[in-house]
Amino acid sequence: MSYLMIFISAIFVNNIVLSQFLGICPFLGVSKKVSTALGMGFAVMFVMTLSAIVTFLIYYKLLVPCDLTFMITVVFILVIASLVQMVEIILKKVSPPLYQALGIFLPLITTNCAVLGVAILAIQKQFGLLSSVCYGLANAMGFTLAIVLFAGLRERMSRTRLPQAIQGAPIALLTAGLLSMAFMGFAGIGN
Amino acid sequence: MDKTSYENLTRGLIRENPTFVMLLGMCPTLGVTTSASNGVGMGLATLFVLILSNIAISAVKRIIPDMVRIPCYIVIIASFVTVVDLLMAAYLPALHARLGIFIPLIVVNCIILGRAEAFASKNNIYQSVLDAVGMGLGFTLGLTSLGIVREILGAGSIFGWSFLGENADPVLLFIMPPGAFMALAGLIMLVNKLRRAKQ
Repeated sequence: MSYLMIFISAIFVNNIVLSQFLGICPFLGVSKKVSTALGMGFAVMFVMTLSAIVTFLIYYKLLVPCDLTFMITVVFILVIASLVQMVEIILKKVSPPLYQALGIFLPLITTNCAVLGVAILAIQKQFGLLSSVCYGLANAMGFTLAIVLFAGLRERMSRTRLPQAIQGAPIALLTAGLLSMAFMGFAGIGN
Repeated sequence: MDKTSYENLTRGLIRENPTFVMLLGMCPTLGVTTSASNGVGMGLATLFVLILSNIAISAVKRIIPDMVRIPCYIVIIASFVTVVDLLMAAYLPALHARLGIFIPLIVVNCIILGRAEAFASKNNIYQSVLDAVGMGLGFTLGLTSLGIVREILGAGSIFGWSFLGENADPVLLFIMPPGAFMALAGLIMLVNKLRRAKQ
């Protein structure tokens, strides 16, 4: 598969949030304002791309030679958790402005199932290193696109008066459903 | 059974239902519930991991230093998830294939880490098991009911048994991704309505 197809497929056709249902927690949780959604999106992009590289190397250089591939879940979640921790420490030291912008989102990313999900999917799809990195970045861009669009819709929605039973989670889910339906329009591209 | 135990057992079923009230573990909830049997399978797999991890964490809670407790919990949970993953691959290969990526992702299901942090790390083993059973069954209940609704509307069948004729035309949308969001929105609306009527 060409690199361009990886991007188109991951961002539009098989959007990680709206059609694969990974990363729903931050998608519903930090999407009340466009600015925070954007911050979360960039933090995910940073971590997901980095974790794609690291998990790829660990899987093929450590787990496969040692015949420990069944340990993939345990190892990957630990790697991602420590990676997030490390990114936080390094950013704090190297680039305080970036840390200010992304800092509060970083701890939340450990439990973002999209990061672990993408790392495992890239292995299952048997991508090479460069494809894995593209796949991680593309999925993170898909996540950012979805969460920013969704936050924009929710900002508008917050000014309307809604029936009591539909307030909160139901209206958020309905909005997400409509957004997901819009993304279904991309189905079939590249197949 | 005394009052506290009963309380811990039943809390997760309805009052603090992880799916409809707490909105935890949304990824598998939306991702695998295209049919009722998928919902049951995912719910039971999570229940199994939740019971084991609550037992283990409650048992070792005094040994784990407070500073590194979260990574320790994650390792414990991930080990049990691997066990469930391998067992399912061996004995239930069809279900394992359908649930796919969501089996290893039980690790990051917020219900499990949430119960470890909020309950198992503060209570004894017996109470932690009760809590895990209640929460796990509540989650299974949520996933199964969502699966039933989506399967009836989207495929015209229930637990694989088709009750519509050959020429039936079910609302396919409900077994596609947008239908997951909409069916869950509908169910939460219903639960909110019922809860308010009860008060």
